[in-house]
Amino acid sequence: MAIPLSYNIRNLRLRLGSTLMTAVGIALTVAVAVFIMALLSGLRHAFVQSGDPLNVLIIRKAAQTELQSGVDRDAYNTIRTLPGIALAKTGEPLASGEVVVIIVLPRKDGTGETNVTVRGMSPLGFEMRPAVRLVEGRWFNGGQREIVVSKSIHDRFLNAGMGEEIFFGKGKWKVVGVFDAGETASSSELWADVNQMSSDFERSAAMSSVLVRSTDPVSAQALKNRVADDQRLKLDAMLEPDYFAEQTRSGAPIQFVGTIVAIVMAIGSCFAAMNTMYAAVAFRSREIATLRIIGFSRASIITSFVIESVLLALLGAAVGLILMLPFNGMSTGTANALTFSETIFSVRITLQVFLTAVAFAVIMGLVGGIAPAWHASRREILSALRD
Amino acid sequence: MTLGRFATKNAFRNRRRSALTAISIAFSLLLLTLLMSVYRGFYIDKGSAESNQRLITRHKVSLVFFLPSFYRDKIRTIPGVVRVSPWNWFGGIYKDQKPENFFAQFGVDPSEIFDVLKDDKIAPDELQAFQRDRAGAAVSRSLAERQHWKIGDHIIIKGSIYPVNLELTVRALYDPPTAFDAVFFNTEYVEQALPRAKGRTGTFFILADSPEHVVPVGKAVDEMFANSPQPTKTETEKAFGLSFVAQLGNVKLFILSICAAVVFAILLVSGNTMAMTIRERTREVAVLKTLGFSRGTILSLYIGEAVTISLIGGVLGAGAAALLLIVVSHAPNGTFFNGFKVTGPTFLFSLAVAALVGLVSAAFPAYQASRRNIVDGLRHIG
Repeated sequence: MAIPLSYNIRNLRLRLGSTLMTAVGIALTVAVAVFIMALLSGLRHAFVQSGDPLNVLIIRKAAQTELQSGVDRDAYNTIRTLPGIALAKTGEPLASGEVVVIIVLPRKDGTGETNVTVRGMSPLGFEMRPAVRLVEGRWFNGGQREIVVSKSIHDRFLNAGMGEEIFFGKGKWKVVGVFDAGETASSSELWADVNQMSSDFERSAAMSSVLVRSTDPVSAQALKNRVADDQRLKLDAMLEPDYFAEQTRSGAPIQFVGTIVAIVMAIGSCFAAMNTMYAAVAFRSREIATLRIIGFSRASIITSFVIESVLLALLGAAVGLILMLPFNGMSTGTANALTFSETIFSVRITLQVFLTAVAFAVIMGLVGGIAPAWHASRREILSALRD
Repeated sequence: MTLGRFATKNAFRNRRRSALTAISIAFSLLLLTLLMSVYRGFYIDKGSAESNQRLITRHKVSLVFFLPSFYRDKIRTIPGVVRVSPWNWFGGIYKDQKPENFFAQFGVDPSEIFDVLKDDKIAPDELQAFQRDRAGAAVSRSLAERQHWKIGDHIIIKGSIYPVNLELTVRALYDPPTAFDAVFFNTEYVEQALPRAKGRTGTFFILADSPEHVVPVGKAVDEMFANSPQPTKTETEKAFGLSFVAQLGNVKLFILSICAAVVFAILLVSGNTMAMTIRERTREVAVLKTLGFSRGTILSLYIGEAVTISLIGGVLGAGAAALLLIVVSHAPNGTFFNGFKVTGPTFLFSLAVAALVGLVSAAFPAYQASRRNIVDGLRHIG
């Protein structure tokens, strides 16, 4: 027969100080783990959301990112004539030759400078990214030193407000608009006219990449294969979502360090929980003996104490999650290991993060509870009663 | 029996509890010591004397832009500059894109690079061989061991930024002062294979004549090119390295907040133990008082016990951290923690944190116990 759960809950309440101290210790561990998992899930989300399955990105063979890549103007002109490319309202093929460079901008909060991506694109580029909306001002005009910035760049960096001027390349660029790209990789970029950019950065011979929009998913696949197989072009093509999926690797350092921190803290917390449970067992040895005499089996004593330990850990998990909730949605940035520039993303406490944290706490409770529970069930009834 | 002995005896009275507490504190302090070592490596250490004499000049806008190669000779004319070598990131791929096959490749000037990196040890005959072969490579010894390369081996590195594949022969092995693995090759190789790369340099590595001249030299370099189409930014080697760390986000805040969480967690663990211990000994405290021990003595007795336990945890944890960093720095793929070590002051600081935690955690329960009325204490059943 099982010992009722209310017995455990009452016992935890009886030793409130000790229970709270242990629970808060576990809560801190859970909080650190949650924070790291939420960072990673936000980062993954930013990349997974990025890219339109109809868009095909073309870069040089062996280049992993647009930054390393170079595409000749001749190749660009060849690509524009390929079949399967959707047409703009003006009748032009939806193909945008783009120049991607990195510039350094100072952060608003005074924590230093960071690399950010500036993308030169054809004015058709907006039409090819239907997920992006203009929230303030207007798009840049071709041939002008005008720039539109993403909302998060606007919020996080100096001189990125409407009408302000950012200095890079050969002079100042006026901010004429702010766009919202949701939580995608584009939300960490500044966009300007490709021709103006190529002259500023002396990139007139080659562009970084070409983005083309296909009419339907089948022709997207066909375009991708056609470009990649063309021996003259020496180019590689991929669907935009695949390109971004590859970049989630930038979370690796956070993941590596975070896992070590969480595991070491968890081991420490396990021992602390064990300590508390041993004390609980010692304190109640007469009570346990009484339970045995009444007829509760050893197994039910073990179960009861393990459950108590898990309850303790779950209390810790609840406190830890509550501690971390205010951070949900906070936006932050990290360097993308492949593009060297900042990727902005928000901390996301998803259901998966939530469940993992709870599972993490349950494991701590189990590991911390089993030995004391075993000890409790093994004591001689008579000697325990005499204590 | 002296009071000190009494306190230590007490600490081991409930062996299991003391051991569990000490182990719990040890794990937390292991983490704390590791984090502090990383923090120290990033933000406190000044770097070696040689490293403090070096500067790196790059394009002001960002690393991905090139500087004209003739800047090298202009920089040489600045007083205080001893040596200048080009330093070009190649960014090629060896074998495949697996992380274990990733290493840095730099195009350098073989005749001058090891004068700039004068704390890198290289055998004179190997250096000569590297200088004579335009397709030669100098490889850090640990990288060569990891990849099983010997002198005379051929390595092929596929270009990703440059459409050029390097076919190099290992001519020299060198020992860098810190764990920084790289392959150096003659930057002329790329220039000859790719005419448009000629006359362009990514960064310049500068050696100043003394650490005091590093700041004025950096300023002079940047002023010299301030109004040119390619302005420069010159930083010390240390600052240059830190700019990469800064990109990961607010690493400083990240480390410090985890440290704070860890310290708070061990405070709770130790506090919990002491509260349990002292509650159990309520009667004993009353007996001690009856015998004539003063409140102050009883207070110090319990604080001494707590400090003993947390110090044991501290020694274990900080010692394990030191060992771990030594082991990891010899591991083939431990790229992240490479170059960090637990220094004496860090170790002592960890112990001080442990002692302080013991002190603070015992203070409140011990104070309460010492104030308790003797008669109440003797009547206590627990």
